Amino acid sequence: MSSRMNTPGISKEDQERLAQSGIDLSMENRCGSYLQMNQEVVDAECSQEGIEVLSYKKAMEKHDWLQEYVWKAVSKDKDEITKYVAAQNDPKGYVIIAHKGSSNILPIQACLYLGRETIQHVHNIIIAEEGAELHIISGCTSGGHVGAGAAHYGVSEFYVKKNAKISFTMIHTWTENIEVFPRSASIVEENGVFLSNYVCMQPVKKVQMYPTATLKGENSVARFSTIAIASPTSYIDVGSRAILEAKGASAELITRAITRGGTIISRGDIQGKSAGTRGHLECKGLILKDGIIHAIPEIVGMVVGTELSHEAAVGKLAQEEIEYLMSRGLDEDEATATIIRGFLDVKIAGLPDALQKQIDATIDVAEKAGF
Amino acid sequence: MQTSTYTDAVNRMLDIEDLHVNVGDKEVLHGIDLHIGAGETHVLMGPNGSGKTTLLMALMGFSNYKITKGTILFNGEDVTAMHADERSKRGIGMLFQRPPTISGLKLGKLLTAISHDKTVDIPGLAKSVHMGAFLERDINKGFSGGEIKRSEVLQLMIQNPEFVMLDEPESGVDLENISLIGNAIGALLEKEKRIVKRAKSGLVITHTGFILDYLDADKGHVMCDGMIKCHGNPREILKDIKQRGYRECVECPHA
Repeated sequence: MSSRMNTPGISKEDQERLAQSGIDLSMENRCGSYLQMNQEVVDAECSQEGIEVLSYKKAMEKHDWLQEYVWKAVSKDKDEITKYVAAQNDPKGYVIIAHKGSSNILPIQACLYLGRETIQHVHNIIIAEEGAELHIISGCTSGGHVGAGAAHYGVSEFYVKKNAKISFTMIHTWTENIEVFPRSASIVEENGVFLSNYVCMQPVKKVQMYPTATLKGENSVARFSTIAIASPTSYIDVGSRAILEAKGASAELITRAITRGGTIISRGDIQGKSAGTRGHLECKGLILKDGIIHAIPEIVGMVVGTELSHEAAVGKLAQEEIEYLMSRGLDEDEATATIIRGFLDVKIAGLPDALQKQIDATIDVAEKAGF
Repeated sequence: MQTSTYTDAVNRMLDIEDLHVNVGDKEVLHGIDLHIGAGETHVLMGPNGSGKTTLLMALMGFSNYKITKGTILFNGEDVTAMHADERSKRGIGMLFQRPPTISGLKLGKLLTAISHDKTVDIPGLAKSVHMGAFLERDINKGFSGGEIKRSEVLQLMIQNPEFVMLDEPESGVDLENISLIGNAIGALLEKEKRIVKRAKSGLVITHTGFILDYLDADKGHVMCDGMIKCHGNPREILKDIKQRGYRECVECPHA
């Protein structure tokens, strides 16, 4: 077990926001961590045998072979964001390598803290070698005081090797001035499993991302879950894409979106390029106050023997459901919160308990505040 | 069969006077008078579409069932303008015939919410109505008819209302489950207690009368076209209806 994380210059208030993002500063329930404040790497460590947590710079010095994994899942020229990150002379970010056969029960936490009006850029590389199992929680938080002009550009490349598994749970606790542009992609090999969970319950100015999993190996699996609430000033454009390239590959993309006046664009795309593949996409939206939920589910089948489906629904809280609970003695606010909490309840198959509990706790905080 | 309005002045629990209820723009109930004493269970019969469920929903306080005239007194207090939660807190409860499915809301979590601060053995109670395996299931999602009824009864066991309304508790329930549900409802209505000690009252909608084996209903009422047409012994009314149908009720001049 590691010792308590040192977080100089982060106020108590912001430390609480970090906790909401799943960052355990006591390190009691984490086996390793990476902490970056603005552009400064504060901490990179891991006590779990067989797993390395390194800063990008250190990792490149230590392992020459890592070059084969740089800009291979994500294209350097994809857009302005990737170009900006690629142009850095001193790239920041982390590299996590779960060596062959290793596994962690307690997750590794990656904490990206934005404390001033700047562009925080990171380039992360995450590798689970053959048979390895790696669980990561990424908490992204900004200081409560940060004004306009602050942004986060994050490139993440995931490599899931044969029989390996990566779960990546990202919890955003930004503030209303922050713009966020994650760019991530994963390549999953034979029997590999990639789980990606995204939770955004707090205000943010703008999030725009479309993580993609390419299922290259036979019987590989990708599951994406997205839970987002848009407050009145938030613009959240999130999607997930799975490309099924090998026999037996399957993907499930689940989104729960709520608007309290802001905008959520919920994109989803599954491409069936090989026979014997399956994919399902589900997006449910709830409009609490006039705002926009725009669901754009796409499924593209290209061969005989791929089976793809999607369902999307946008609606309001049903008065009948609220009154049903009221007839059992819950007052209107309790009844409403209970129904919303249920709506957001997405159980992710294969996710360790500790991470599911963290997701639940993050939603509970929002529930207590009345969503 | 009596045709006069039932009036018993002692220990009234529910007093409904001249109740008119609209669903949308249409008046469905046209002046209902009904009085239920403490410890009594009444049965409400009548053809489909006559307004029985409407009466129960209006008594529970559902906003789609708009009371346009008349009053509801519960234990002497005027609850006519109250919301469902306020009525629930005063001791009114209901077993729904078709409760909504609520995605993601686990039965166990709902039961915890219903129990509020009371200490209740939720798993034990769930087991007693064979719902132990359903606590982690979304409420009513994919439940069979019998499972819905057991879930409803279980919620009422925790809520423990003083006045219980039951909307066709036996519908969709197989013979094996009917005694389980019947006995549980009997317990809700304190049927094991001697009548003088009994404080719980009930109002039951039934078509088949199967549930009467467990309830010992005191009074029966027949509703037609949004009006209560007659009152009497529930078994006699049921026998009458089984033999002659509702035609005579519909044509009955008494109202």
